[in-house]
Amino acid sequence: MTTTNDVPLRVENLEVHYHTRKGPVKAVDGVSFELQKGERLGLVGESGSGKSTIALSLMVAHKEPAKIEGGKIFLNGTDMLSLSDAEVRSKRLSEIAMVPQGALNSLNPVMRVRDQMIDGLKAHGVSKSKEEFADFIAELLRRVGLDGGVAEMYPHELSGGMKQRVTIAMSISMNPSVIIADEPTSALDVVVQRQIVQTLLEAQKQIGAATILIGHDMGLMAQFATRMGIMYAGRLVEIGPTREIFNNPKHPYTQLLISSLPNTQGKRRLSGIPGITPSLLNPPPGCVFHTRCPKATERCKIELPNLITEENEHSQACHLYTEPAKSEEEVTA
Amino acid sequence: MNEVIPLLECRDISKTFVSGTFKKRYNLALDKTSLTIAEFPPAITAIAGESGSGKTTLARVLLGLLPPTEGQVIYKGQDIAKMSRSEFRDFRREVQVIFQDPFESYNPFYKVDHVLETPIRKYGLAKNKKEAKELIIDALETVGLRPSETLGRYPHQLSGGQRQRIMVARAVMLRPKIIVADEPVSMVDASLRATILETLRTLNDEFGISILYITHDLTTAYQVAENIIVLYKGTIAEAGDVEKVINSPTHPYTRLLVDSIPQPDPDLQWGSDSSVSRLTGGMSGHGCVFYDRCPIREDRCDETPPSLYQPDKYRVTRCYAYEESGTFDSPKLTDAFIPASEIAPIQG
Repeated sequence: MTTTNDVPLRVENLEVHYHTRKGPVKAVDGVSFELQKGERLGLVGESGSGKSTIALSLMVAHKEPAKIEGGKIFLNGTDMLSLSDAEVRSKRLSEIAMVPQGALNSLNPVMRVRDQMIDGLKAHGVSKSKEEFADFIAELLRRVGLDGGVAEMYPHELSGGMKQRVTIAMSISMNPSVIIADEPTSALDVVVQRQIVQTLLEAQKQIGAATILIGHDMGLMAQFATRMGIMYAGRLVEIGPTREIFNNPKHPYTQLLISSLPNTQGKRRLSGIPGITPSLLNPPPGCVFHTRCPKATERCKIELPNLITEENEHSQACHLYTEPAKSEEEVTA
Repeated sequence: MNEVIPLLECRDISKTFVSGTFKKRYNLALDKTSLTIAEFPPAITAIAGESGSGKTTLARVLLGLLPPTEGQVIYKGQDIAKMSRSEFRDFRREVQVIFQDPFESYNPFYKVDHVLETPIRKYGLAKNKKEAKELIIDALETVGLRPSETLGRYPHQLSGGQRQRIMVARAVMLRPKIIVADEPVSMVDASLRATILETLRTLNDEFGISILYITHDLTTAYQVAENIIVLYKGTIAEAGDVEKVINSPTHPYTRLLVDSIPQPDPDLQWGSDSSVSRLTGGMSGHGCVFYDRCPIREDRCDETPPSLYQPDKYRVTRCYAYEESGTFDSPKLTDAFIPASEIAPIQG
């Protein structure tokens, strides 16, 4: 593993389209971001916002009808999209690993946990004696809070939470510099969810991998992420430090999203975001959120806002914060 | 005004699932659970628990979709198992259900109008087409949908939130007395969740419908319900005023659930994982069902199960730690529920 600089992952202007009979669906439309060494980025969005498509594209594991139409993905300085299939395969697990959404479906039901883990390592040319492998795997399982004996078990003998721990153990087995966790707790109960996210956090800290947690649960993001990116209709509309996003959201979508979160500190009227997500087959001109935005102006219907960075490394794509200046009360509203 | 008139009642319901062809396995999903839903005042009650806690089984038994192994479900004083065909039809109309998945409830080949027209036909709610149309429009507007944007479309043309609200509209049209909502927002995006929960509140406030809100999510339960029942392995662990149960839990299981909520606030971090190592020796099977995971377990907890004790006027808990506050001996759980009249109106 050679880290040429301190940016393990850089995504530039990524465009991913799903080709359908009715035309291309722009699932990811010009997304750029960087991951610093060891940081934890939360990528949130509703269903259809493009967050899982980004996850698959970063692994170059997207499938038909999805196609990467533009942009670059630099993993430790190498452009992933210029590599051959074999070269990409050699990077997976060793440099970029994934903790999948349904641990249930990602483990092979007819192989013992040990054999599945050894398989992955051997495919990357790791050679050890039988005893060394056994010790290595027991140590990995211990690091995710499992008993070493789990290595001898089949997936059906494990609970949902244990399976997800196994996939975390696999993801850290080769000390990758980037881990992508795509809704790793979506099928788990709240108590197990907390254990899994804390396990992921521990594992991430131990190996210092930069991690992307993908999901829609703002609560989990607040607990896990140091920085957050907000996706809407295929675009990154805001990105910044987690505290900033929660305490000082800039984009009207983020503001509405945060104010619609229920909590347990006093009952209040609940308000959602009126309207529905636009069709990505035929997205509206201008800002993608203007059809639902309470602060939209004429300019928003025509001109696409760019992601602008202001203070505190906090960026947003919204005309409210850019020239030509809006009237006073709109800016402060 | 505080007198509670029971409308739907379940008495000592147990449900055992049997699996296996040759080697029978018995799984006790509900263990002698009793519950009453009042007609007046109409209330929202949450039933919360993890998967396997028995919350969906309880809902299905209450709806008459699943016969209990033991105990009775009583609607308006009558055992639903002994109802005549027409009585059961009325029961089905007055007790409506909203399921978790807003897509599975539809037939993809029919326009959404179909799910709204069917109950009108089945229960003869309208005299003619015009009246039927008015009824549908009225119901859609009640749940905050524009009829012009929903009618005439196929399910796949609508968002999850819209589909779920049409299901609510369908239920409302029948003017039910009770709605059982089983995880109605767990598959709906965050920005639309609030709208559906607010609709449930409106149905309760303005239409006087009692709602049983079944969920694994304590945060939404806290927001919509006045009272909550926390189930663990088919028994009631704690029940009563949500404000008390969620913000100062007494049962160690409720405390574990509340501590696990990921608060959407970076300044309210989870503590370090406090989960107790599970017992390796196993349990006797006669005592408290939470014994193996309990951080404050005592020897006697494994011998005899605790009863429900009443540490506050509006809260009961099944834990020996509160034995001194006295046993809750009413057959009606609602006696430990906070009445709507004592709850401060919602701000904002």
